[in-house]
Amino acid sequence: MIPDSLTIDSVRSSIQERTTTALALAEAHYARIQKEDGEIGAYLTLCKERALEQADRIDRMAAEGKPLPPLAGVPVAIKDVMSTCGVRTTAGSKSLAHYIPPYDCTAVAHMEAAGAVVLGKTNCDEFAMGSSNENSAFKPVRNPRDLSRVPGGSSGGSAAAVAADMAVVALGSDTGGSIRQPASFCGVVGLMPTYGRVSRYGLIAFASSLDHIGPLTRTVKDAAIVLRTIAGRDPVDSTSADVPVPDYVAELKKPIRGLKLGIAKEYFSDGLDDEVRHSVESAIDKVKSLGCELAPVSLPHTPYSIPTYYLIATAEASSNLARYDGVRYSYRAPGVKSLSEMYRRSRDEGFGAEVKRRIMLGTYALSAGYYDAYYLKAQKVRTLLTRDFEEAFRKVDAIVTPTSPTAAFRLGEKSNDPLAMYLADIYTVTADLAGIPGISIPCGETKEKLPIGLQILGKHFDESTILRVANAYEKAA
Amino acid sequence: MKITEKDVTYVADLANLELSAEERVHMVRDLNSILGYIDRLNELDTSNVEPMAQVSDRYGVDESKQGSERFAYATREDISEGLRKSLPQQVALENAPDSDGTFFRVPKVIER
Repeated sequence: MIPDSLTIDSVRSSIQERTTTALALAEAHYARIQKEDGEIGAYLTLCKERALEQADRIDRMAAEGKPLPPLAGVPVAIKDVMSTCGVRTTAGSKSLAHYIPPYDCTAVAHMEAAGAVVLGKTNCDEFAMGSSNENSAFKPVRNPRDLSRVPGGSSGGSAAAVAADMAVVALGSDTGGSIRQPASFCGVVGLMPTYGRVSRYGLIAFASSLDHIGPLTRTVKDAAIVLRTIAGRDPVDSTSADVPVPDYVAELKKPIRGLKLGIAKEYFSDGLDDEVRHSVESAIDKVKSLGCELAPVSLPHTPYSIPTYYLIATAEASSNLARYDGVRYSYRAPGVKSLSEMYRRSRDEGFGAEVKRRIMLGTYALSAGYYDAYYLKAQKVRTLLTRDFEEAFRKVDAIVTPTSPTAAFRLGEKSNDPLAMYLADIYTVTADLAGIPGISIPCGETKEKLPIGLQILGKHFDESTILRVANAYEKAA
Repeated sequence: MKITEKDVTYVADLANLELSAEERVHMVRDLNSILGYIDRLNELDTSNVEPMAQVSDRYGVDESKQGSERFAYATREDISEGLRKSLPQQVALENAPDSDGTFFRVPKVIER
């Protein structure tokens, strides 16, 4: 079986009907990775033994004629910030280059319990800090659509793996846009669930009040299936919410006619590329023609989202990354003579430039004399940004925007200008700050054949509505 | 310029980073550029706005309850084994850069 454009249901039913086997499918994916990934760089580690063992289990179930679980035999890629027991997990950092977790991330465990076959771990920006995947300590990822361009970040490897048929679905993480922006750059679907919807147990922490796990897939339905699999309260993650999980797949069948969609002018202002604007506006017209009503909404604090995000995310990161001390599991510099020298040199050599920059900014924002002016100020503006959405969602059911102001940029184009790189997240960070769900779906291409993404933002715990709108658009487009 | 090389040295010290001379020069430049952009937050009057530390302060909790009561679902009994068994010592030491089989080993802490 050729891995081109498979979906969860097509995989599961062809294994159930025995027109293929999970083993053959896993092998076909490894063959493809072998052939293609030298150029793309989506994977950091493959776990063939674990994958084939799981595939064999599924094939034996199929041979016995047992009903297969929802993700039976589906080859998946896991972003290398999610812990996998016995399989190296690096977070794209030299400081964890040899780290082998002794336990599984809850989301990964849910995927495997549902029958998924984990092929390997995907490349990402170091500790998920970046928008281009150029911050990986190991190698950059290249966009499968155009190898001179970035795949987006930080879940660039996951997006590229799905786009290049090196996995059917992938898990990524989103702290400021890290699922949706690479999905948009690579032409796949990327869903960031509501904060608290999916357990983060076993996710290597970047910014704890902003980190989310979610799927990257080829279809909206696949995103719904994966979300149904990984969502729900987890007793070992106290931030996971105790809110019932609907059947997201069944919800897709509900009509979208009569839904009210908000258009915020702040997301169509200066800096939005003309081709992106044109594609997104056409997509919005399409959704309107399907029976949705459009209404203008105002999100007036949007211009303050990037500064707010980069204070809060870096402050939290500076605290979370204090654990990389060279004592228990992270890199230790050789030949150190004192404890203090060990900490400093291990961190200096273990972390890359962007991670150090963010630790420095975050530490500065939290330091005596600057806490009120920076960190506290940002927390207050976070309230204002969240209120903007609350106000808007009194009038509309969802908000449609571009996912990113441009299509994929070239490798090296922004890597020497941190601020320019940060501005690539301008349409995605606010949803992370407010904790609302968002999805990016492909909505066309530029003249150079680069994918463009449409973003749909929803109310807290209302992934159903954004999935429904996305699904209707995907079917009609 | 908001940040000088002296500030960078001080903050690096707080963050347990050393930074090379070249890295310090870049850090001064980059942090000033980012903080210059961040300054636009001062355009907003936030004197009567509550800070938001967590999304779950506002969502996914029972609104009829107050304070810590709202997060009651997130608490558990304080029992020695907790929700997961502790890692066996051997497993916990496996990723350590240096250990003697019983403890993590680090360079001397106290100078004699």
